[in-house]
Amino acid sequence: MKENSIKKHKSRWIFLVLVIILYLILALVNFSLVKESFLTFLNLLKKIFPIFFVVLFFMFISGLFFNAKKITKSLGKDAGIKGWLISIIGGILSDGPLYMWYPLLLELREHGMRDAFIVAFFYNRAVKISLLPMMIYYFGLSFVIVLTFYMILFSIINGVLVEKFLKVRHKD
Amino acid sequence: MFKMELLRVKKSFIKTLESLKQILPMILGIILLVALFITAVPESFYNSIFVGNKILDPLLGAIIGSIAIGQPITSYIIGGELLDHGVSLIAVVAFILAWVSVGTIQLPAESMVFGKRFAIVRNSTSFVSALIIAILVTLTLSFL
Repeated sequence: MKENSIKKHKSRWIFLVLVIILYLILALVNFSLVKESFLTFLNLLKKIFPIFFVVLFFMFISGLFFNAKKITKSLGKDAGIKGWLISIIGGILSDGPLYMWYPLLLELREHGMRDAFIVAFFYNRAVKISLLPMMIYYFGLSFVIVLTFYMILFSIINGVLVEKFLKVRHKD
Repeated sequence: MFKMELLRVKKSFIKTLESLKQILPMILGIILLVALFITAVPESFYNSIFVGNKILDPLLGAIIGSIAIGQPITSYIIGGELLDHGVSLIAVVAFILAWVSVGTIQLPAESMVFGKRFAIVRNSTSFVSALIIAILVTLTLSFL
């Protein structure tokens, strides 16, 4: 178990090292592209920084107030409609890039959160209340209403499908 | 009682820091990749891809949307521009949906965190859903 965790931890560093190597190789071919990309990276970091703190705060709060039993009850196997609602609303309200939410979701999953709810959370991040006016401006109100309806519906369908498929593979 | 509460806060704080330590290298890696992609692929590139074919364009939209990365708002702007340039609504919807729900660039990171099978199945179903929703949205709007 511990060996597995060390291996996983190492692979995360390997990913970063590989990306840095890619930057170094590209710098030899096109230095200005790499320089510009690095500046974009710094800008992205600046933008993401506050969201990262929000995620860390949620993780701290979840560790403080929610134990495995509570999480299993609200987001576990028997959570039912409540679990779907929490994941859908959570996905819609959460801000920032998807990968910033990986640590929190991983922690909730380790405490019993269903894979279907994680998928629903991911899919509903496509529905952003703050961006709706912009979408209405470009595509019109009826388009936005229809699209939002289908996205929420398919977040549930996808959640169920992914979980079913993973279960079938586990049985194999 | 107070001491116990303090211990609980401390435990949760240490656990959060541990998680941060574990996830930070991967998040930095993804942001570096995203930055490289945003810089290397200009927004005008998307305009030149669509060929005007009713079947091929939605598929191209979903494929390009899956590879592209950035804020959802960028996909709306590009989508709006594509519509103005005569690209079909199905292709634009498939493009926007794949952009926000499929993450090819984040796939290695998602695999490391949630498992390879989870990441592949989730992204595949999201890709197929993007195409189905694109058809459904266009059909529904044609009846309204």
